[in-house]
Amino acid sequence: MIGYIGRRLAGLLAVLIIMSFVVFAGLHLAPGSPEAFLLQGRTVSPETVASIRAQYHLDDPFLEQYARWASGILQGDLGRSLIFRQEVSSLIWSRIPTTLALAAYSSVLIMVGGLSLGILGALRRGRTDSAILILTTIAAGTPSFVAAIALVSLFSVRLGWFPAFGSGEGLAGRAAHLTLPAISLALSYLALVARVTRSAMLEELRREHVETARARGIRESAIIRRHVLRNALAPITTISGIVVAGLLTAAVVVESAFSLNGLGTLLLQSVNVKDFPVVQAITLLLVTVFVATNLIVDLLYGLIDPRVTLGRGRKL
Amino acid sequence: MTALLDVHDLQVHLPVDGKLKPILSSVSFSIAEGETLGLVGESGSGKSMTARAIARLLPPGGEAAGEIRFGGSDVLALGGSELRAYRARSLGMVFQDPRAHINPVRRLGDFITESLRDAGQPTEAANERAIHLLSEVGLTDGGRLLGQFPHEMSGGMLQRVMIAAALANEPKLLLADEPTTALDVSTQAEIMAILLELRREHRLAVLFITHDLELAAATCDRVCVMYAGTIVEIQDASALFGAPLHPYTSALLASRPDISVRQRAQAIPGRPLSLFEAPPGCSFAPRCRFAVEDCLADRPDLRPVGPGRVACIRAEELDGATRGSEGSADG
Amino acid sequence: MSAVQLTRQGLIGKARLAGGRLFWVAAGVLAALVLVAIVAPFIAPRDPLDIDLSNVLASSSAQHLLGTDQSGRDIFSRILFGTRTSLLGPLGVVTFSTVLGVAAGVTAAWRGGWIDSIISRSSDVLFAFPGLLLAILAVSLFGTGLWAPVLALALAYTPYVSRLARSATLVERDRAYVAACRVQGFGGLRTCVRHVIPNIAPVILAQSTINFGYALIDLAALSYLGLGVQPPSPDWGVMVSEGQGSVMRGAPQQALYAGALIVTAVVAFNVIGEGLADRVGKRSR
Repeated sequence: MIGYIGRRLAGLLAVLIIMSFVVFAGLHLAPGSPEAFLLQGRTVSPETVASIRAQYHLDDPFLEQYARWASGILQGDLGRSLIFRQEVSSLIWSRIPTTLALAAYSSVLIMVGGLSLGILGALRRGRTDSAILILTTIAAGTPSFVAAIALVSLFSVRLGWFPAFGSGEGLAGRAAHLTLPAISLALSYLALVARVTRSAMLEELRREHVETARARGIRESAIIRRHVLRNALAPITTISGIVVAGLLTAAVVVESAFSLNGLGTLLLQSVNVKDFPVVQAITLLLVTVFVATNLIVDLLYGLIDPRVTLGRGRKL
Repeated sequence: MTALLDVHDLQVHLPVDGKLKPILSSVSFSIAEGETLGLVGESGSGKSMTARAIARLLPPGGEAAGEIRFGGSDVLALGGSELRAYRARSLGMVFQDPRAHINPVRRLGDFITESLRDAGQPTEAANERAIHLLSEVGLTDGGRLLGQFPHEMSGGMLQRVMIAAALANEPKLLLADEPTTALDVSTQAEIMAILLELRREHRLAVLFITHDLELAAATCDRVCVMYAGTIVEIQDASALFGAPLHPYTSALLASRPDISVRQRAQAIPGRPLSLFEAPPGCSFAPRCRFAVEDCLADRPDLRPVGPGRVACIRAEELDGATRGSEGSADG
Repeated sequence: MSAVQLTRQGLIGKARLAGGRLFWVAAGVLAALVLVAIVAPFIAPRDPLDIDLSNVLASSSAQHLLGTDQSGRDIFSRILFGTRTSLLGPLGVVTFSTVLGVAAGVTAAWRGGWIDSIISRSSDVLFAFPGLLLAILAVSLFGTGLWAPVLALALAYTPYVSRLARSATLVERDRAYVAACRVQGFGGLRTCVRHVIPNIAPVILAQSTINFGYALIDLAALSYLGLGVQPPSPDWGVMVSEGQGSVMRGAPQQALYAGALIVTAVVAFNVIGEGLADRVGKRSR
């Protein structure tokens, strides 16, 4: 177990190193010289040019540039923004709470909504199930920004129940401002989780051991909880992990749709004004979270299914 | 002996390709307290479905009609909590494949004690009872086993666990659906020995389902032979082995390879049919070498002949002939 | 990355829709969309770029079937033309990722050894990049437009195809016909191209159809964010973005119509992909 986690962590590290190298090397892949790319035709003082050359160690050989850049990042030095004239790390820190709140709110909606709809569909075959199938099929194909427009036009413009953009003040205000964004972000993933839950439950309901439990006179509610849902947890965890891991990236679109002041908006602004150090830092951060979340989900597997010997797959 | 279980004229229909098709027809038998009744037949003959009907465990869409009485109460009329109480306290069920029939992600202790805890026993007491039950099925290391997962056990051990769990609520009737078929030959004998011993100690009535006529004859008090969803013969086990009444029973006995007598096993020609595929008249007629025109007219009823009951219109005239066929088969 | 690797293919097999009727409805919708993309110039009532500032945000009328946008352009014509970029982009992503993925997957399975290791580890690294993020990074390096995001997404989608192609090829490699090809002295390349790839094609096709839907969403999102197709070009993602301002003024038609078409197209691709996967699954079972 410990050895397995060690190996997985080593794998994670390898992926992160290669990934950071790609992000770094992008600077040299871009058309024109790195310096010209970073400056994008902005007229600046020679001192600024010198500081950029120093920040990116452009006078060093390529690999050394990367090594120095990477070791800087490991020490928490993400560089300086070319536009905002402040540390990238402080810029990012101030944006993280909004994005995290949005992702957390969405995760709750996805898990609660997805699980309930999936369970409902599996247990109430017939009309309820068909309705859930149709709705989730449509929802799964609805991009967050389309959902955003539809929700805003109905709930903000027509009904005036929720604000259409901005971050709001105070806990209630923030929650109100985050509600439509969280629903937009959650919608398609919720549908995905619902469908996986439904089919996993249906599969488990057909299992022989469920018949055993019935034959022993166990209450139906206990059968559903202890045998059907419990055994369906593995696929449900897989899909939930994938979904939650990708939420921070997906939030970019929703933040833009609702003008939320999060990481995603910062990323887009930086892309638009060619503030490359910020783009690099946010990309690194999002990928790291994505990969780490996936690792955590894989480790959860061992807890969910005792037949899984971590690292060796499922024996049987 | 009073009847513990009385099955009378049981009919079962199941959905096959979206249509309700008959699976069991006029199945009648009874089991007395402490009696072991064998239910023998090829796969598809309806023996498992009979047990499922008794436990009210038909697949979704299945319908049972007729009468099933257990200790006087009408089983087919039970609903809700009564049905659960009947399953939990009156019946114990042992399935063919313990690996599929025990939840793979829960610990064995959890599995054995589930029905006890469900009935309100505190966990401590339930665990002690589980350890005792495990010792009854020959697993002495109960305390440790309770914390094990099914995949850590052999098939034979799992089947013992299943038997222990079935006995948890001290049922009066054990439904054993091919309890040894999925196991190694060496383990089969052990499991049978445990079942027979428990039957004696707990004065259990057992419905023992198997495709092995010889095993049934050796272990049961009486044996029902099923073919295509109907009972074709009921006899005391001791008599049946020596003097089968139905040509199908004879054919089953003859189809067993027997190394002590130098004689070739005779396969029954054709394949076993489901009830809804069977022609009018005797279902076995198409495969029966004694079939005459009259056999195809009406479905024969189970009627008393000699020491048992049989559903064959030629039973009396064939008496001896069917057995004789065994001996002359070599020539 | 095993959790990630379980995505898409694993899901489509499970999240299936009952009945084959829906499959044919979806196929009909898809055929109609392709047809519209081809004949848009001939059936569009107006020039999609024709600005008429005297008639902005008009509701639907005989002249403007779906009304006009904030610049007085005919929404119906823009939607018809928008079909082109909205389908062409994903087509590029799927074509590149399929070709690349099949080549990589078949090579990995066929050659095995260190080649397999390198290809598999590279997929692991690519799996670490959410497609949208890689596309945004590409745009920041190479500028807005369709090409950078299409190539980036193609790269991000490749491991999904290559992993599938690899496992399918591993199965095919042990079949009798491959041995027969060897006996006849055919080279590996010829055997793969002529026999293995046609045999794994149905599985790949199902996966690529699903990918098409995802690519459509990602590219529309990029256009919506202003990183993909640039205004005033008619594109569904661009239209949602341009229509967003009017939503607040109570004129949501442009954004909603364009959004509805995105949803329709994606759902059609998903249903077809799931249907195909279902059929392939049934056959191989």
